[in-house]
Amino acid sequence: MHIMEGFLPPAHALGWAAVSVPFLAWGLRSIGRSLQAHPERRMLLGVAAAFAFLLSALKLPSVTGSCSHPTGVGLGALLFGPVAMVPVGFVVLLFQALLLAHGGLTTLGANVFSMAIVGPFVSYGVFRAAGTLGASRSVAVFLAACLGDLATYVTTSAQLALAFPDAVGGVETSFLKFAGIFALTQVPIAISEGLLTVLVVNAMARFNAHELRALPVMTLRPLRAREGA
Amino acid sequence: MKLRTALLWAAIVLLTVLPLCLISAPPGTDGLFGGSDDRAQQAIGTIAPHYKPWFAPVFEPASSEIASLLFALQAAIGAGVIGYWLGLSVAGERARKSKASAQDQRAD
Repeated sequence: MHIMEGFLPPAHALGWAAVSVPFLAWGLRSIGRSLQAHPERRMLLGVAAAFAFLLSALKLPSVTGSCSHPTGVGLGALLFGPVAMVPVGFVVLLFQALLLAHGGLTTLGANVFSMAIVGPFVSYGVFRAAGTLGASRSVAVFLAACLGDLATYVTTSAQLALAFPDAVGGVETSFLKFAGIFALTQVPIAISEGLLTVLVVNAMARFNAHELRALPVMTLRPLRAREGA
Repeated sequence: MKLRTALLWAAIVLLTVLPLCLISAPPGTDGLFGGSDDRAQQAIGTIAPHYKPWFAPVFEPASSEIASLLFALQAAIGAGVIGYWLGLSVAGERARKSKASAQDQRAD
């Protein structure tokens, strides 16, 4: 999902950056407040950030014959809310832009938008929706992480389509072309990310039940209990 | 390890390994299992052949070896933190259990 350095026209690059900056500020404030009120959450926040670091470094083969990587931001979105993952995703993308020539500084705004904003917000929304529909925690976590990952790559495809509309078919044709590259490749990888996130959440539920109690990921049970009552 | 956990791990491994075994005929001419980012770059080249990137990366890894070193470093940092948390958690759980069983014995 990394749009390469210099591969968005200046107006688009600036536009996406302008959209992403407020989310980044909101995210930093949200993390600051959360840690001030609950210092014991530092460990889990570190694990969520580490999960994003680890997963976004792994380029996995896919059925389309090309490789892509998971994002790992769904986990943190379920634990600390979607905005908390904006600074985390930003750090990952900055690391890759500065040291790996993967993505870039001019495209950082657009990449933050797809991976650190759309991904976590979709994950969180899917999780809530699945919970309301009565899904178990594992199913809700799986769907959230999987669809959030996929949404990131659909967003990248849309961003590129807007910047490079097809000469004949316009933005729509272009979008299908980019989605064929990104979103299709991502399907099995998104499923893997969903399964892996379930494993980590299960481990957290076993080891950190106390810290998790007040976090979004554990609020499913009361919801179901209310329905049953 | 519980059966469900083992099955989840097996599914992840299969999802990663199966594409390597199943895909053999190259759909493009540029070989298999390149990055989808590079493919998107090629697609930009066909849609807008005259587009020139207007900014170059400030630093580029000197070779693919150096790049894989940095990617491995990124993964290692992540895995290290997760490993630290898991180790701490398992040890904590064990300590709680042995404390609880010691108290049980005293109660008897």
